[in-house]
Amino acid sequence: MRQVILGLMMICGALAARAADGDPPRSLYHLDASLINQSGQPLGLDVYRGHPVLVTMFYGSCQATCPMIIDTLRATERAVPAAQRAGLRVLMISFDPQRDTPAALRAIAAERHIDGARWTLAHADAATVRTVAALLNIQYRQLPSGEFNHSTVITLLSPRGEIEATTSSLGHADPGLIAQLRE
Amino acid sequence: MSTRWQLALATLLMAATAAAAPASRAPVPAGSFETILPPAPGVTSASVRAFAMDRVPVTNAGFARFVAAHPQWRRDRVARVFADAGYLQHWASDAAPAAGSARQPVTRVSWFAANAYCEAQGARLPTWYEWERVSAADKTRADARGDPAWRQQILDWYARPAGGPLPDVGRGQPNYFGVRDVHGLVWEWVQDLGSMMVSGDNREQGDPDLKKFCGSGALSLEQKDNYAMLMRIATLSSMQASYTSTTMGFRCVK
Repeated sequence: MRQVILGLMMICGALAARAADGDPPRSLYHLDASLINQSGQPLGLDVYRGHPVLVTMFYGSCQATCPMIIDTLRATERAVPAAQRAGLRVLMISFDPQRDTPAALRAIAAERHIDGARWTLAHADAATVRTVAALLNIQYRQLPSGEFNHSTVITLLSPRGEIEATTSSLGHADPGLIAQLRE
Repeated sequence: MSTRWQLALATLLMAATAAAAPASRAPVPAGSFETILPPAPGVTSASVRAFAMDRVPVTNAGFARFVAAHPQWRRDRVARVFADAGYLQHWASDAAPAAGSARQPVTRVSWFAANAYCEAQGARLPTWYEWERVSAADKTRADARGDPAWRQQILDWYARPAGGPLPDVGRGQPNYFGVRDVHGLVWEWVQDLGSMMVSGDNREQGDPDLKKFCGSGALSLEQKDNYAMLMRIATLSSMQASYTSTTMGFRCVK
């Protein structure tokens, strides 16, 4: 019996691996991206594979819009029914590889009381930032002051990494995004 | 060992050293110049560090070698998220360009594919400022943009009707830096495609669209009489990274 269970587990493992290979053609999870979370652990863009996930980009030293991004993500979470909220995940990737080290991200997470079980703040190198921003269709540029000028886009990814909805509005939960999440 | 042999060996060694900085890339010294895309409000000059740029755009043959080594970029295997349906559609097969097109610049490649190609060469796509610095040169001057005759020459290329096969790379005269075909052959991807936050309406100059852009807002363009460069920017800012086009190629820098 134990061997059968073991065998079944192995088959399931193989199926899971194949599912990853067989991502839909427009899945963002085709990208082999190296991110590091606020605990210093390496992970991929597909860290929340299997969950609906809200993905966005930000930088920690931003004084104006970025605190609003976190508030908007929270408002979005609150706007969905508790059952769906439990499955929802949030991935915020930093534009700023120099200043947003895993330690800096950990400090932001602590300061903003971020639930590390369901939210990830991620560090990525400059090349990865460019590619991820291109996939999310986020525009950004570093100003001579070191600040970043960027468009704000929150993207809802399906459990298999496909873009299901996007919003650029800040300060409140976007009704279109919520409708998609309720489905 | 005879002196003659030593000399031959020394020559060989020198050739090997030269190969380390490949002759296929032209060295471009660090410098600053007046840019069409101001890095910040009120700042009109941009500076770049020294880099080496491919003397000619990447060819179909070059891209075919890359695709052979990295089959996930084959026309039949590429994930649609990285390249639209036009990707390499003009090639004879999934892995090979059409006969006679080996030395033509590769087009119908997405930004993701161009980016992956350069990374595979241990290089990268040029930034807009690197590309702009090189594109400002004519045959004898590092910055010929003030010369109306030179501007007209570039505009004449844009005015020429497209159609027919693209010419081979390397037919154009090398410019001041030793780079060819910067104008007159294809548009070229840049690394910071996503930084071309040009406002659709220049009247928004003093009224940045804060909803869309965190920070100082959309860029406003300088040198509004430099139509050739404005067209470049307009083209690039209209492209998403998965788009392909029959006129968009690329080259790498290191």
